Amino acid sequence: MPVTDVSKDPDALTMTITAELDAGAERIWEMWSDPRQLERWWGPPSFPATFVEHDLTPGGRTAYFMTGPDGQKYHGWWRIVETEPPRRLCLEDGFADDEGNPKEGTSTDGPAEITVTITESDGVTTMSIESKFASREGMEQMMEMGMEQGMVEALGQIDTLLAGERA
Amino acid sequence: MLIYNQMVVSDAKSRDEKAADLLFGALADRTRRDIFRRAHEGRLSVSALAREYPISLAAVQKHVAVLEQAELVSKHRVGRESIVHAEADALKHAHAALEEIESAWRGRIERIDRILDEDKGDPDACH
Repeated sequence: MPVTDVSKDPDALTMTITAELDAGAERIWEMWSDPRQLERWWGPPSFPATFVEHDLTPGGRTAYFMTGPDGQKYHGWWRIVETEPPRRLCLEDGFADDEGNPKEGTSTDGPAEITVTITESDGVTTMSIESKFASREGMEQMMEMGMEQGMVEALGQIDTLLAGERA
Repeated sequence: MLIYNQMVVSDAKSRDEKAADLLFGALADRTRRDIFRRAHEGRLSVSALAREYPISLAAVQKHVAVLEQAELVSKHRVGRESIVHAEADALKHAHAALEEIESAWRGRIERIDRILDEDKGDPDACH
């Protein structure tokens, strides 16, 4: 597992995860800047993401949706706060309605503020992600959506396991 | 002393993990999530809840018991009624939400790692 450290601060509503990755900083940046690359990893296999708009410059907006196993689409948006390729990216991630517009009450603050830091040292590339809930409300909203998506995913895996046993 | 400390740490860790298992198990079910949400909106009797779902009273009681075990709701008696209310433990919620975020990012990092592995498999390939 490339993950080297995880820390969580429930008072600050922040989770930080650090991973060592076997590629240079430029390649890791590409994972974020190229929407076709992003689509390969942003959503779990049963909730693949499609990036419709993607502008990785400060003030830029990204629009994406994730498609569930039942075909239901969950729309989301990013607002790019800061970029410093290929080292640093700060963005807000929020939920959108079916037209891709931020859901009511979340137009200025997304539920999550994500800071990506990529460092290279002695041939080792480290990517650290800090994900912070902007508010308690944002946290509750994210949790509800996450439960819906994450748990369906987990149940899907159970189905696959059982299918394997039967085969 | 060091060994003792490690044991204490690993004990606390497995306690945390057990709590997380209970929490996620409890919230893995759509009906239980719904009961939990309703309990947040106000106090409810088990029999009133049972009228909301096409399942038996016993099944609702079972769902409530799972939520209770995960310390998401508590139950007390008022006369002949069993009243369910949400545990307003903000810290516990934060823990659960951060666990959820951690697991989402672990999945993403694993997928990135796999893509990087594929890069190496075919060095001539265009991305």
